[in-house]
Amino acid sequence: MSMPSAAATPPAYSAAREITFAQAVREALAEEMRRDPRVFIIGEDVAEAGTPFKVLSGLVQEFGPQRVIDSPISEAGITGIATGAAMAGMRPVVDIMFGDFITLAMDQIANQAAKVHYMSGGKLRVPLVVRTTLGATRRSAAQHSQSLHAWVSHIPGLKVALPSTPYDAKGLLKSAIRDDNPVVFFEDKMMYTLRGPVPEEEYTIPLGVAEVKRPGTDLTLVATSSMVQVAMEAAEALAAEGISVEVVDPRTTVPLDRETLIASARKTGRALVLDEGYEQYGVTAELASVIAEGAFYHLEAPVRRMGAMHVPIPFSPVLEDLTVPTVERVVAAVRELVART
Amino acid sequence: MPGSAEAAQWLQAYREMLAIRIFEERVHDLYRRGKMPGLAHLYIGQEAVAVGVCRALRPDDYITSTHRGHGHCLAKGAAPDRMFAELLGKAAGYCRGKGGSMHIADPDSGNLGANAIVAGSTGIATGAALAAKMRGTDQVAVCFFGEGALGQGILYEVMNMAALWRLPVIYVCENNLYTEYTHYSETTAGEVGARPAAFGIPVHEVDGQDVRAVYAAASAAVQRARRGDGPSFLLCHTYRYLGHHVGDVDRSYRSREEEERWRRERDPLQLLSAWLTAQGLAEPAVFERMGEEVRREVEAGVAFALDAPYPEAEEVARHVYA
Repeated sequence: MSMPSAAATPPAYSAAREITFAQAVREALAEEMRRDPRVFIIGEDVAEAGTPFKVLSGLVQEFGPQRVIDSPISEAGITGIATGAAMAGMRPVVDIMFGDFITLAMDQIANQAAKVHYMSGGKLRVPLVVRTTLGATRRSAAQHSQSLHAWVSHIPGLKVALPSTPYDAKGLLKSAIRDDNPVVFFEDKMMYTLRGPVPEEEYTIPLGVAEVKRPGTDLTLVATSSMVQVAMEAAEALAAEGISVEVVDPRTTVPLDRETLIASARKTGRALVLDEGYEQYGVTAELASVIAEGAFYHLEAPVRRMGAMHVPIPFSPVLEDLTVPTVERVVAAVRELVART
Repeated sequence: MPGSAEAAQWLQAYREMLAIRIFEERVHDLYRRGKMPGLAHLYIGQEAVAVGVCRALRPDDYITSTHRGHGHCLAKGAAPDRMFAELLGKAAGYCRGKGGSMHIADPDSGNLGANAIVAGSTGIATGAALAAKMRGTDQVAVCFFGEGALGQGILYEVMNMAALWRLPVIYVCENNLYTEYTHYSETTAGEVGARPAAFGIPVHEVDGQDVRAVYAAASAAVQRARRGDGPSFLLCHTYRYLGHHVGDVDRSYRSREEEERWRRERDPLQLLSAWLTAQGLAEPAVFERMGEEVRREVEAGVAFALDAPYPEAEEVARHVYA
């Protein structure tokens, strides 16, 4: 028997206001900064420049340079300072421009922020959000294109959010800011201009609740962040061939909504896990093993996974496009899995 | 018997230094008798730095500490019994036994935690100072670290920001001459004080064995920070009497003569008691009596910790998330 799923289904959007992913992030920050004077932003080029992606444009005008703080190019320093400020009662949001740069802040994220609550026996808290980006195909080469969310998903004490739509970005970011734990929040930089429905009225999305982005019966396509769009397109193409694909978006890798992944795989009997991080030792391995352990007796085919190739992301577009999953490769993999009986 | 406020103040400082000394001697003893799991990095010899600085602070001021942190924690107000309990991994410890010697945190006394990454807490202390400034309190944050932390880049990142934003933080560098097992001159180019000075941070170089000198420098730095005039850097010259940690017994990287010289000529407790006596502020019997009292308190703390229960198994998965 499959457990009743706690997963959300796509919300019924009453007022069909559409905004971009970047606007959704900005709205979440602005609303939380209005709501709570302890919330502030710190990062490189966050104030007048509003970041290179213009995600934060206008915030310094409303909240001033005391709460939208332009910092030096010091990822470790600003993450450490934000951790200390969080321990002393503030709720900082750190902006790390490219996900590749979290490597510079890893001691502060993994050894400090993640462990302070536990090491202090629960006495200290780190209500910190680290916003950063992931995703390739922007022709930015090996040090500006990685999807390193597996690194932080590996560390106890951190929560990790991977929004795939403007709606999810806003609702998850608001929850992340209100959470009393450090949350690393990955935004796909190719998705900033993606438009989607976002209601005018206040809402939040809890961390740890997956969403079935598209219901289906033949195969479960688990996809995160940037790969949700790929999964949705693949599902649409496969529907034309009579293959019904269920797209499940975990939305957070930590906490992970295991029940929804397992319930979907038990229902469909087949699963393909899709994620833009490196496939080897990556998030797909964890998600596939959750499904394999939890749905084994319902599976009609081995769980498959697809992530980035085990190469540094190359610059040349013809090479870069080979490194990450595409709609065509996903469609081919699904056909293969469904062909098994 | 002189009863002046000055006498009382320095007798109290002596008592606090003595408490750290006896606490650490007892830790050493527990380790050698196999009563303490893991390791400890002892503070013996450096007591004047922690006490001189913390006496310049209010209870609501923040500190961050290091792997060699017992002295800072005690000086800021931690109690020996719960300290020992933490060192023995007991549930009554400051961190419920989950932090241990290198991670004692006590927010009630303003202690944001000791840290096992040598410059790991420099960001935290600077961030606490930023929080104090943003909230409009006049709290200050003190960041204790050893000269070994001069090798890690985050220190320079955060000093830059502290100077830019005039944050109320005091960087206290305890140069005990040895970066773990290596003399600091082999690891540190140029003048230490030139590094903070490059950011425009005022540097006070003090004799870290003289608690009165440390207190005076710390008080000036604290006043400056409270006024909103920004960070300071205290460079305290001191000496670690024992090894890098309790297991570092042969110490082949330095001579026994050098160690003896510091103990004989530069001991912070002896220097203060000699000064108090010479000034006619205390009689020798006072120190003996105080020694007995402190020893009794420390012994009570050890007994408490030895008798205290270990954490229940379910404690292992608690506090991963708030």
